[in-house]
Parts: sequence; C-alpha cells; structure tokens
Amino acid sequence: MERENYIALQFPSCSVNEGFARIAVAGFAAQLDPTLEELGDIKTAVSEAVTNAIVHAYPEEIGRISIKAKRSGDVLEIKIQDWGQGIADIAQAKQPLFTTGGEERSGMGFTIMESFMDEMRVRSRPGKGTTVVLRKRIMPRMGKK
Amino acid sequence: MELKAKADHRTLTLQLRGELDHHAAKRLVREIDLVVEREVPQQLVLDFSAVSFMDSSGIAVVMRAQRRMQELGGSATVIEVPPQARRVLHTAGIDRWVKIK
Repeated sequence: MERENYIALQFPSCSVNEGFARIAVAGFAAQLDPTLEELGDIKTAVSEAVTNAIVHAYPEEIGRISIKAKRSGDVLEIKIQDWGQGIADIAQAKQPLFTTGGEERSGMGFTIMESFMDEMRVRSRPGKGTTVVLRKRIMPRMGKK
Repeated sequence: MELKAKADHRTLTLQLRGELDHHAAKRLVREIDLVVEREVPQQLVLDFSAVSFMDSSGIAVVMRAQRRMQELGGSATVIEVPPQARRVLHTAGIDRWVKIK
C-alpha cells in the first residue's frame, strides 16, 4: 500500500459540483481505511469549504476552485483554494453563526470544519482569494472503536 | 433532494430524501415555504430518515422552517436523524432552538 499519494482537481464554482467535490475526496480518503464516521466528517468539511468558495469567493460570477488532497502516512491533508473575493476579517468569519450569506446560510461552516477535522488553517487576501487547509489523522483500525 | 409531504389534521410531515447541501437547499427552502403556506399546520415534522448526507445548509433549512412555524404559532420537530446529519446538528447546538427526536 502506498503511504504517500495525492490528487489534484479543478472545477468551476457551480453549486452542482459540491456533491462531486466531497465524493471525489472521500474516494481518495478511502485508501486510509477510515470509519464511516471519519468519512462523514471529511465529506462534511469538504462540502463546507467548497460551498464557502461558491457562495462567498465568487458571489456574482463563476470562478475556479482547486482541491488538492494528499496522504502522508496516516494523515490526510486537503487544500481548497479559490481566486475570488477573499475574506477581510478571518477571525470574524470563523465566529459561529456569523454569515454574510443571507438566509440560506447558517454561519456554521468554519465551526464544522474546525470540529470535524484535527486542524484547519485559513489564508486569505481580499481581492486575491482564499486557501483553506484541513488535516485529519486517520487512526489505524487496530484499537479503533 | 426529494420532498414528500403528508398532512394529517394540523400536522404536516415532510420527508426529505437524498443529499442536503447548499445546492439542494436553495430549492428545498422554497418548496418548504410553499407547502407550509398551503397547509398552515400547527406542527411541522421534518423526517430526516432518508437524508444520506447533510452539511450546514441543513441547519439553515431547519432554522428557517422553525421560524416560519413560530410565525404561525406552531413549532417544528426533526425526527429520525441519521448519525452524520445528527453530528452536524449537534455541532451547531441547534437542539437549543428546535426539538430533535
């Protein structure tokens, strides 16, 4: 079994691609032999990051979204990048229930990414775009509940 | 995402089937608004048993349904929530505002 591996994909910021993005990353993550709960966490976190890019990075246009997923040993790293509007105040955007997305958004995206993954890092520059890096260690099956 | 409605006295049960993400939620909120306006129920039951995936878009759908029901003097309940969707609702602390069975 390969201990190092990666995938890279790009797609336009159409909401129909949200499902494709999380299924693609879940398919890649399967080689780490995650539990159903871990797989659900990964799919949910990817869905949140991609939806943020679709709704907030490109509110008035269709732009490019890139996902790179990498496996290093037991650790899965997922980088979701856009070249859209960027986030002026990242600390504020991370606040639970804070949203600029209107009534169809809940403001819980970053909170869910943070709680479902081991690590979340957000880099953003207004007018340049945003990169979210998510990491999760997939525990080997032995001793798993 | 498919929506099946069943009205019984003043209770409206909506069964959601499929993946509840932002893509699905855009249409779903409109459909729920329409059927609630038509039936004017006292109780709205959202049956999640056939929801195969849900992200935070589902939180917004549930909160909006609850607000609509409160405007009508009623309330919403979410039932039969599978583990993945339950984890999302729980992380959001949504059980403080909406009854989840």
